[in-house]
Amino acid sequence: MEKLMNWVDERFPLTSSYKAHLSEYFAPKNFNFWYFFGSLALLVLVIQIVSGIFLTMHYKPDAALAFASVEYIMRDVDYGWLIRYIHSTGASMFFVVVYLHMFRGVIYGSYRQPRELIWIFGVIIYLVLMGEAFMGYLLPWGQMSYWGAQVIINLFSAVPFIGGALSEWIRGDYVIGDATLNRFFAFHVIALPMVLLGLVAAHLVALHEVGSNNPDGVEIKKLKGADGHPLDGIPFHPYYTVKDILGVVVFLIVFASIVFFAPEMGGYFLEFNNFVPADSLKTPEHIAPVWYFTPYYAILRAIPPIFGSQFPGVAAMGIAVMIFFALPWLDRSPVKSIRYRGPKFKIALTLFVIAFIGLGILGVLPSTPLYTVISQILSGVYFAFFLLMPWYTKNDTTKPVPERVTQ
Amino acid sequence: MSSLSVDPSKRRFLVTMTSAVGGVAALGVATPFVMSMLPSARAKAAGAPIEVDLSKVEPGMQLAVEWRGKPVWVVNRTKEMLDSLATNDPRLTDAASENASQQPDYCQNPTRSIKPQYLIVVGICTHLGCSPSYRSEVAPADLGPDWVGGWFCPCHGSRFDLAARVFNGSPAPTNLVIPPHKYLSDTRVLIGDDQGAAA
Repeated sequence: MEKLMNWVDERFPLTSSYKAHLSEYFAPKNFNFWYFFGSLALLVLVIQIVSGIFLTMHYKPDAALAFASVEYIMRDVDYGWLIRYIHSTGASMFFVVVYLHMFRGVIYGSYRQPRELIWIFGVIIYLVLMGEAFMGYLLPWGQMSYWGAQVIINLFSAVPFIGGALSEWIRGDYVIGDATLNRFFAFHVIALPMVLLGLVAAHLVALHEVGSNNPDGVEIKKLKGADGHPLDGIPFHPYYTVKDILGVVVFLIVFASIVFFAPEMGGYFLEFNNFVPADSLKTPEHIAPVWYFTPYYAILRAIPPIFGSQFPGVAAMGIAVMIFFALPWLDRSPVKSIRYRGPKFKIALTLFVIAFIGLGILGVLPSTPLYTVISQILSGVYFAFFLLMPWYTKNDTTKPVPERVTQ
Repeated sequence: MSSLSVDPSKRRFLVTMTSAVGGVAALGVATPFVMSMLPSARAKAAGAPIEVDLSKVEPGMQLAVEWRGKPVWVVNRTKEMLDSLATNDPRLTDAASENASQQPDYCQNPTRSIKPQYLIVVGICTHLGCSPSYRSEVAPADLGPDWVGGWFCPCHGSRFDLAARVFNGSPAPTNLVIPPHKYLSDTRVLIGDDQGAAA
């Protein structure tokens, strides 16, 4: 065995990679509940890729056949219903896990220097994930697939001057049709997953270069023991692999409960209108995107057209997503973790969470004048959280940060 | 000999030139891939005009037909409906249909039609492309007492009157599009072609 390992190690850095990333990758010893979601996101990615591969074996990316082929998977393919429900539940759970993972980064300042690139790779992953989810949602070719895609692609036609040509280029036709479905299939199953894998690799390489942040926002590499290992660090394997397995078990219990008992989640994971085949002549009475897009959708609807152009709303929606990139440079606090921040940041963050969830709820409701006003207020709060951050983080009363991690 | 020493400026020049030429080549190679995503020749060829028999449309009713994959509505407006149009004028964004790209010249009139009775309009909201619902009833509970009939877009709440003109405050920036069309006879209309039509 040892001879075999030596033979491999002379040709491939197996043992040294194992040490560098697992058995001798030192992570802070004070990780808490919030640190489950990174490894869970990786797990969901694997679930989506595996279930997706098996779905493509039966799915037909053709406007005339797509809807029927999904029903065929649900009814005639052995365990097809299970594989599809795993994939559809996985899509929603991906966003649950990623939103919690991002929230962890915000409360503990994981995006702060020297981890800006980890954060940036993460935001790109989030963007690609949104594209992946959006394109995947067209594939069943139901009413919500069709009209949801119609609305989102028309967002691009609001871009001044080149908008019309741009949306035609995206659709490959003057309306959403077979060409659109075919190319979305190609992006959904090949292009974006490959990009996603590359970005996840970059995210992890950058993380392992600088080391993980922790709930105290203390750099554990500053204090090293006689053996050269951080005093507050423990090897990722076995300590955190075992911890993450516990997270995986709990997560899978939740995941399986949804797959088996509530795969449609009351119309939030799989919308009822999507069980009706796409009809280009009739928009459903009430259309709303899937829950993970609704905060941005509410922002889009909150902005009225200006000078006869709907571009401002579209731009606001785009900026609402893109603004995450700027977070490392907007935060001017001397401390990273919420544990040592003052009341201003805590209030701002609370308002932001309320605004984000509130916009998410408003995004699924039909538009009325009252809801539009509430959406406008919450959109204002959403942007204020970012744009005022340089001031309220700088002037906040912070507590002294300890030398070493606590607990 | 100086042949062993490195001339950095020459090296930089070569690196820059190679990168620039390589970049141009990459752009050239990308072009066919990008162009392949444009509407194909088949997609461009589709979209022949369609003929509609107006006698099938009862007064006050809407018929939806498909032209170029889009819904086109044919509405047989009653006299009351036509009379109500002018009452909407103060609340409209473009009551006089001055935005020329939203209708052919021959439909730039108060009813936005060739024959006032029949409105022919593309049923795609100018906001984000949903298809609005036909709401011909007067003053329904959800649309308010001022409603005299028109279309309501379920996606983002845009409102249009019975000449497909957009109300102030709707997310939609412009009136709905009137497609080119011409009458072949009293009751037959050709949608998608107006060559030789009396304007």
